[in-house]
Amino acid sequence: MKPLSLWIAGAAGEGIQTIGDAVARSFLTHGYPAFATSEFESRIRGGNSSVRVRVADLPINAPSPKADILLAVNPTALAFYRPALTEGGLAIGPDGSDSVDVSIPFKALAEESGGAIYANAVAAGALCAAVGIPIGGLRQLLAEAFGERGDEIVQANQAAAKAGFDAAVEQLGDRRPKPIPSRENRYAFASAHETIPIGAAAAGCRFMAAYPMSPSTGIITAFAKNPQLGVFTEQAEDEISAVNMALGASAAGARAMTATSGGGFALMTEGVSLAGMIETPIVIVIAQRPGPATGLPTRTAQEDLLFALRGGHGEFPRAILAPSDPQDAIDLTVRAFDLADRYQIPVIVLTDQYLADSTFALETLQLPPEISGVLKSEESTSEIYQRYRLTEDGVSPRLRLGHPEHLVVLDSDEHTEAGHITEDLDETRPAMVEKRLEKGRRLKLEMAPPSAHETDGAERILIGWGSTKDAIDEAVERLRADGRAVGSLHFTEIWPLPDLELPQAEYWVVEGNATGQFAGLLESELGLAIAGRIGRYDGRPIDADAILEELS
Amino acid sequence: MTAENRFRSDVPNQWCPGCPNFGILAAMQQALLALELQPEQVCLVSGIGQAAKFPHYVRAHVFNGLHGRALPAATGIAVANPSLTTIVTSGDGDLYGEGGNHFLHTLRRNPDLTVVVHNNQIYALTKGQAAPTTPRCEKTRLQVEGVEVDPAHMLATAIAHNCTFVARGFAGDIPALSDLLQQAIGHRGLSIVEVIQPCITWGNHPIDWYREKLLPVGEEHDPTDRLRTIELALQAPERWATGILYRTDPRPVFAESHFKRIDGRAMVDMPLVDRSILEEELSKRRVSLSG
Repeated sequence: MKPLSLWIAGAAGEGIQTIGDAVARSFLTHGYPAFATSEFESRIRGGNSSVRVRVADLPINAPSPKADILLAVNPTALAFYRPALTEGGLAIGPDGSDSVDVSIPFKALAEESGGAIYANAVAAGALCAAVGIPIGGLRQLLAEAFGERGDEIVQANQAAAKAGFDAAVEQLGDRRPKPIPSRENRYAFASAHETIPIGAAAAGCRFMAAYPMSPSTGIITAFAKNPQLGVFTEQAEDEISAVNMALGASAAGARAMTATSGGGFALMTEGVSLAGMIETPIVIVIAQRPGPATGLPTRTAQEDLLFALRGGHGEFPRAILAPSDPQDAIDLTVRAFDLADRYQIPVIVLTDQYLADSTFALETLQLPPEISGVLKSEESTSEIYQRYRLTEDGVSPRLRLGHPEHLVVLDSDEHTEAGHITEDLDETRPAMVEKRLEKGRRLKLEMAPPSAHETDGAERILIGWGSTKDAIDEAVERLRADGRAVGSLHFTEIWPLPDLELPQAEYWVVEGNATGQFAGLLESELGLAIAGRIGRYDGRPIDADAILEELS
Repeated sequence: MTAENRFRSDVPNQWCPGCPNFGILAAMQQALLALELQPEQVCLVSGIGQAAKFPHYVRAHVFNGLHGRALPAATGIAVANPSLTTIVTSGDGDLYGEGGNHFLHTLRRNPDLTVVVHNNQIYALTKGQAAPTTPRCEKTRLQVEGVEVDPAHMLATAIAHNCTFVARGFAGDIPALSDLLQQAIGHRGLSIVEVIQPCITWGNHPIDWYREKLLPVGEEHDPTDRLRTIELALQAPERWATGILYRTDPRPVFAESHFKRIDGRAMVDMPLVDRSILEEELSKRRVSLSG
């Protein structure tokens, strides 16, 4: 099929999420990979928001700034999003809309089917007709989605969908596309904030405390809604409490995590420093959004990289990981817990609103084959246990608070090997600083290099990190289709940066901030000469069109 | 007693010689011994300040964390290992000031913790500024014209939030304090023991001045009468009611339903979630072909 970009637009509270989900799933049930991303305002009702679905023969898990089909459920949304419609694109609006290709009386058809509440099903049916999906798949999806709520509701939804479908078919006339043929291909349809909790549970996470903050809230919610994951959750009174609770639980032997956004991480930074000092593992997800301060709560950015790296007073090692998709989110969450435990450090996982609110179509979605256990150093101990015993690699045997045989002493003050307050500046303090930093040196040796895409013989290489991978690779593909020797390198293990031998090329760094934070790190850490920076800081996710425009 | 005091720590003590904190330390060790606890069964948690050094001077598990953050850390510890006797010992500045918000929400949560608040009415380690408990008009090194705000009524707040064990003791009366601590530690849920601990370095008054303001609750005191006990607590700082001010039947502790699910085990002893459960979660995301 021809790649398609469909936008479903409306006000918050009008159910466009349901429509987008139904249409994306309809494609998926027919064997086509659908990607869906949402953008919305920071409000509960009203405003303009959209769900954007992309479908092609192969997965394109990246946003497009253009719509081939725009379905708006109200006239304001139609006017607001219409500029994004491609030339020759199809506009679908409510009855009475000006200059639309298809106008559907959403409310009237819904009421005929059983009530105004079914307007979303009418819209989903109309969209199916507009893209050539047979109505059967949607009918089945509705049966599955509403089955628990009884036959009456299923039948009303199905009737509404059929009414929308028929109305659209009638108006489309010659423009009605041929039905798309079903394929055998099967895809997983998931978002990173759904899979982070699964990865955490796989890694043995037991404790999660967080304070609600967009766009991170989905993570604690997923734990709470899925008790089978076995993770205790608590909504803390603030992020300070959240990080300290998690550290307490971790010190007592429970793998523990928290999640927040930049503003919440600002409150957590003293706790990050505490984790560094008491050498207690913790995983912290920062779901980034644009700042400073409250910024744009429901928009996306990659502005907190240097903050994640430097947040916390004093000098101590940490790791920063940034998944690019829901599979990465599983793998890197497992890795985050593993690194946190083995090096006894805080590990930060950087996501963002775009990644949180995007559902990817993936050929595989699986757990890593090997997952390490908990508290690796539990077995260690001589007669006298010292929590901060000086060792060659800086990692001391770690027992938990409450160990039945050995007393464990953790202290935020500079401490002796036994964990007690010290002011011995001649020997203990320098030895403890070296001990902590040695862990970072060893950590650096095991950080993964970036993944390479078409870098052999590439004259220009685009570098990205975290959630921008598929958008950058789409840009690379389009440039290569034009005969340009372009490739990409993508980092998901961000800090510490490993030593790298990079090929000769003109390097451009693409990231969601105005100041080139990662570009600066590449320059200072690797001595890489950066030819150009492409930064997006308007709150929208990076897309291939924006990259191509900057490069042209 | 010292010969067989298994809670005695040989860590050099940094308190001022003669500090009433030593009385609290003795009372705590006596209480732990009287309860027949072993050091491995006890975890002491503190924030920052002179009082917060307390855990180092007791042989037990120790979490000496950040200023003001003892309560959330202790809550995490108590949830992760419910069989551990978790006791918070920190100052009034730490628990009522820097950690005031956590104090309020810990009252709501009711974790199974004992909280010992060393109330010396002053910031001592930072050399003599007002604490949230310092009376109005009292002159300090910083509030040179006298404190111009009212002291916080945190015990009254605790009773208002139905903290089911609220007591006050005096560092100069070790036997009575030890008895209070034993009862507090034995009480299921959050128990709070505020201890009047005159500061012999920065305090403005001799120890007898504090002693004269003590008001031991009599036998006729009804510790279940919430409104009456709030009135009693509100007499501070003019008079400090001592003894068990408020005590009622324990209410459900924080994470009670979680503890029931896992038979009260420590989180570290819970088996990993079965891989097949997680694989099932992932396979739910796979969108199947329809007919």
